[in-house]
Amino acid sequence: MRHGIGRGILLAFGAVLALALAASAAKLLAAEEAQPGPVEKQEQPNPPRQEWSFGGPFGRYDQAQLQRGFQVYREVCSNCHSVDMVAFRNLADPGGPGFSEAQVKALAATYKIKDGPNDTGEMFERPGRPSDYFPWNFANEQAARAALGAAPPDMSLLAKARTYERGFPLFLIDPIIQYQEQGADYIYALLNGYTNDNDLNWNEYFPGHKIAMPKPLGDGLVDYADGSPKTVQQYAKDISAFLMWAAEPKLEERKRLGFRVLIFLIVYAGMLLLVKKKIWSRAKLKAGHDLP
Amino acid sequence: MSGEPAYVPKSRLAKWFESRLPVGGLIHSSFVVFPNPRNLNYWWTFGGILSFMLVAQIVTGVVLAMHYTPHSSLAFASIEHIMRDVNYGWLLRYAHANGASTFFLALYIHMFRGMYYGSYKAPREVLWLLGVIIFFLAIATAFTGYVLPWGQMSFWGATVITSLFSAIPLVGDSITTWLWGGYAVDNATLNRFFSLHYLLPFMIAGVVVLHIWALHVHGSNNPAGIEKKSAKDTLPFHPYFTVKDGFALVCFLAFFAWFVFYVPNYLSNADNYIEANPLLTPVHIVPEWYYLPFYAILRSIPSKLGGTAAMFASVFIIAFLPWLDTSKVKSAAYRPLYRVFFWLFVACAVLLGYMGSQPPEGVYVIAARFLTVYYFLYFLAILPLLGRFERPKPLPPSICDAVLSKPDQAAAADAN
Repeated sequence: MRHGIGRGILLAFGAVLALALAASAAKLLAAEEAQPGPVEKQEQPNPPRQEWSFGGPFGRYDQAQLQRGFQVYREVCSNCHSVDMVAFRNLADPGGPGFSEAQVKALAATYKIKDGPNDTGEMFERPGRPSDYFPWNFANEQAARAALGAAPPDMSLLAKARTYERGFPLFLIDPIIQYQEQGADYIYALLNGYTNDNDLNWNEYFPGHKIAMPKPLGDGLVDYADGSPKTVQQYAKDISAFLMWAAEPKLEERKRLGFRVLIFLIVYAGMLLLVKKKIWSRAKLKAGHDLP
Repeated sequence: MSGEPAYVPKSRLAKWFESRLPVGGLIHSSFVVFPNPRNLNYWWTFGGILSFMLVAQIVTGVVLAMHYTPHSSLAFASIEHIMRDVNYGWLLRYAHANGASTFFLALYIHMFRGMYYGSYKAPREVLWLLGVIIFFLAIATAFTGYVLPWGQMSFWGATVITSLFSAIPLVGDSITTWLWGGYAVDNATLNRFFSLHYLLPFMIAGVVVLHIWALHVHGSNNPAGIEKKSAKDTLPFHPYFTVKDGFALVCFLAFFAWFVFYVPNYLSNADNYIEANPLLTPVHIVPEWYYLPFYAILRSIPSKLGGTAAMFASVFIIAFLPWLDTSKVKSAAYRPLYRVFFWLFVACAVLLGYMGSQPPEGVYVIAARFLTVYYFLYFLAILPLLGRFERPKPLPPSICDAVLSKPDQAAAADAN
């Protein structure tokens, strides 16, 4: 019977595979036929996959990289983008950039936070505290759109809110190889994708290639203190890592706990299998037959 | 079932209680000495797995609801509050979201197992119907739950699916407005969906009790598809099946943990990490993976009313299986032709899922149409006719004989 099911699954899998291959072949043919003239290519390439310290089952954030990424955010991105869901205190959380409490306190104090109303009913500004969230340069979305021409997306979740299609059959392999960094790869590729010097709003990786954000980074723009290269590539790498942390601050805790849980479950399953075999061997004696 | 030893309470307290509410005897007869066919394979462990996952979903869900805010302007931020500030909130949410997916995975395996071995046939039709009701409730529960994070896909998924009701002639628009509690998916919709999402799992739990009750009237079907005849055909539920189900459950949990801890966002849509925006429609609106086959059927019919009707029909038709399948032989092990059509149906369902995930254009639509035709042909033509024309293999006289004479070897011998 087990054999029959095995054959059945093979049959079903074979049918799925054959049809999927036929479908992708037909799609390729259709795509070729649909491009007769010198039409501008609309499909953007897939971002190349990068090496990230936080990938894989034992992934950890690189503290120095997160600190550099934060510096890029602070000096470049934050001119337009918000990170609504990140508080100053998060910069000192375990599994984050690893700033000290004192550094966070000092950093927060450099921001002006709108508070109030006070006892006389007035709103007022005060220096930031670690419990405050990063303020935005704009009062609201409309103000940002009026000043910039388009509303820049909040960056708190950007690294999880952006992705690209891996397509068949790669998407079937991704959960096995634990590829979860599509968002970081996309942001990195995008920041390196301003390859048309005549058009600062042309981006190789942006869907449709026309992006409202003009090329934000340039070599030497941010002055790293730790001697890392002051290149667009390095900036892009660091800010992508920082945004991954901003979107998934509990990643290290999750992967660490996950490893322990899996070890426990696998050992427990092994023990249960032995118990099961032992108990079921009794059934053999009971019936006096040779049971599977 | 008469031959099993009865429950005898040992302590005085247990005796006192048992004479007033014989719940110990009920548990004893249902989950300790209950005689199960001895030839059940691992495909029969998914019922237990589903019970566990349902409880896990309710427990994580109740705690999540303590931290969640069902308001259109606060819901999205409250989810992130859970992810960032609540102790182990990320674990609760990832376990709950991936728990829904793995629940459906186990549910589909459980249903396909029932189809392969003809478990829906007499005398288990009511058992099957109760299972189908659980399936409907699970669909509604997962759909309302997916709306709660109030991301882009939550909002637009809810908009697309609830708008389907507007295809109903005459009263469609009124029904849609009534469902929404307004003229668009908005705060009123979110509030009622939250309320329903909290209610429906307990309805599922209630129907699960009926499902197990109905199961225990005639006992489990089995891979041979013949009823148990003597004590030799069965083994007591405990310890044989508690340990077997337990082992399978722990293996399943390891698979589940892989998703929760290592690829927690693999099964969800990246767009749902963008807060709902009624003014900005996503390029592709795609439901969760477990709805994709039905979504593909919806889109393969070039008419809103026709597509909606086909989609609902594709779900409801499952309830009629006991009467559409005319063969008296239950197990596919003894039905050589049925086996081929069954696996083609499995492939059809998986491929429909793939078509549902792709943009509705070109070759995908054409393929989805062919697959939709096979989907309905399977129920409406193949199953009714197959029972008449197929020549099944001889059934073994008893479960015990089936175990001893491995039908597959017999089948192989036949083929040679």
